[in-house]
Amino acid sequence: MSARIDTTAYAQQLQPTRQYSNRLAETTIYSVLLLLGIISVLPILHTVNASLSSPEKVAQAVLLLWPQDFTLDSYIFIFKGEALIRSFGVTVFITVVGTALNLLVTAAAAYPLSRQDLPGRRSIMLFIMVTFIFHAGIVPGFILVRSLGLINSLWAMIWPTLVNVFYLILLRNFFENLPDSVIESARMDGASELRILFQIVIPMSLPAIATMGLFYAVSHWNEFFRGIFYIYEPAKWPLQVLLRSVVIQANLNEIGFSNQDMYGNAAVSQLTIRAATVIAAIVPMALLYPFVQRFFVQGIVLGAEKG
Amino acid sequence: MSDLVSHSSRRSHFRQELRRAWKYRELYLLLLPALLFFVIFRYIPMGGLVMGFQNFSPARGFLGSPWVGFQHFETLFALPKFLEVFRNTVIISLYKLFIGFPIPVIFALLLNEVRRLFFKRTIQTVTYFPHFLSWVVYGGIMVLFIGPGGVVPEGLEMIGFQMPALLVNPRYFRAILVITNIMKEFGWAAIVYLAAIASIDPSIYEAAMVDGANRFQQAMYITLPGLRGVMGIVFILSMGSILEAGFEQVFVMYNPAVYSVGDILDTYIYRIGLVDGRFSLATAVGLFRSAIAAVMIVLANQILKRADQPTLW
Repeated sequence: MSARIDTTAYAQQLQPTRQYSNRLAETTIYSVLLLLGIISVLPILHTVNASLSSPEKVAQAVLLLWPQDFTLDSYIFIFKGEALIRSFGVTVFITVVGTALNLLVTAAAAYPLSRQDLPGRRSIMLFIMVTFIFHAGIVPGFILVRSLGLINSLWAMIWPTLVNVFYLILLRNFFENLPDSVIESARMDGASELRILFQIVIPMSLPAIATMGLFYAVSHWNEFFRGIFYIYEPAKWPLQVLLRSVVIQANLNEIGFSNQDMYGNAAVSQLTIRAATVIAAIVPMALLYPFVQRFFVQGIVLGAEKG
Repeated sequence: MSDLVSHSSRRSHFRQELRRAWKYRELYLLLLPALLFFVIFRYIPMGGLVMGFQNFSPARGFLGSPWVGFQHFETLFALPKFLEVFRNTVIISLYKLFIGFPIPVIFALLLNEVRRLFFKRTIQTVTYFPHFLSWVVYGGIMVLFIGPGGVVPEGLEMIGFQMPALLVNPRYFRAILVITNIMKEFGWAAIVYLAAIASIDPSIYEAAMVDGANRFQQAMYITLPGLRGVMGIVFILSMGSILEAGFEQVFVMYNPAVYSVGDILDTYIYRIGLVDGRFSLATAVGLFRSAIAAVMIVLANQILKRADQPTLW
């Protein structure tokens, strides 16, 4: 008892200095975090503003914190041609169809694997884990896609990514943590496994499914390599492949060929056009992102702790 | 006689197993599409690795192509270009690992100290976002930001520095890869640590507070040790990708001027395999890379298992 009184007295004595050092620590923490936030957002913000400004202003200003001489000209220019719209179409198709198939097949596989009583569960998990540890690589994958006749087919960007092992395991863990009693009573009532999966397990797992849906959708939206590897007709290019040729390759030619012209008008309007192309490709994801973001931690936490 | 009995009992045991499995037929049916996928798109290409030991020609196929043993591997290990590419890959990966690994941990610890929810949410939203951009997009933004006429060179010029062209200079290319990779991924990488922090028992903090531990001490002696398990898992996974070094990032940002420092195994495999059509040689490089990756991931897992830490399997 006396010891406890002593500590309080001691703490009271220290109070002023501790409060001061606390405030200093607090300020430091907030400033560091603010700085990290600014580092993350600044390049993107600048690009958005460049895409909405006039070429002259972009050439004059070093950093654009807001659009100057606001104009939509760059966007009007990039959507005048067919190429960008066509590539958007390709990417929307592989994103929508691909994600739907991903979720269906992943959930259908995660449910049986979450059942402790399934005979052969361990061997099946091992069979799947091997593919997580060892990859055949680029060339054998290419030969397979070619012998399946999928070169220049949009399905070449859908089938090879049907199930992601990592997400499959996360979802299985999530299912394992669902209360057994509900599933058990449904089984008593004679519900088929298919019904249990679609009417009980999936509706109870919406945060996990939504998070995973976003992950899958993002990976399709960002699909780049399979476009480079398997799609040789520019009309079927996914968005990212077109972006590379507009945004990056134009730039490298510029570096190589015309250092003198850097401040010339042509190059700078090329800059606003490239900025607009990049931003147009982000917008759909940026719109979807806030709706799913709140599920992230929840989905990951519940999937991560094993039952 | 006894042989016969055990044989028949084994058979009936097998039959019993089958009967038990039959009760689960609906569940196996649900598994079937995923298993088919793994067989076709993951296991069959593993069979395709025999190309690495053949002079594979697509016209003759796997059965008709002549076998050459380890010839391609011998060619490779004598190739200066291969050694250069291998070195680049390892160096870039290690930079990314050693510089990139602690930052998300520190970021999560700092974020955990923030009591103002709005501030915390905003920082999280903003720092997670770049992870969801492709490297084409983020690399494109970076090229606009640090390339000729971009914010960084013009800004530095204004305060009196003359900037060399960053993206075509071998001296800066690796640093650019490492820094832009951290900028894009540190926020998202912290999410697993934040999840782990959320699962630490609050009563431990209360006990520490009673004992007079300040917030710094709590972070160092409670929160940080609570992250050890997740750090281990992240470590295993980065060991498994030590020979990746970020294919998409490099592919998007590199150019012939920086091949000597930026060309990595995957970009090399792509160029000799799919561009030049030297399937067998490229497959040999790929097999080498995948084998090392598999060994590294198993090894890392084993080490953590010895240390009684959570592991992947």
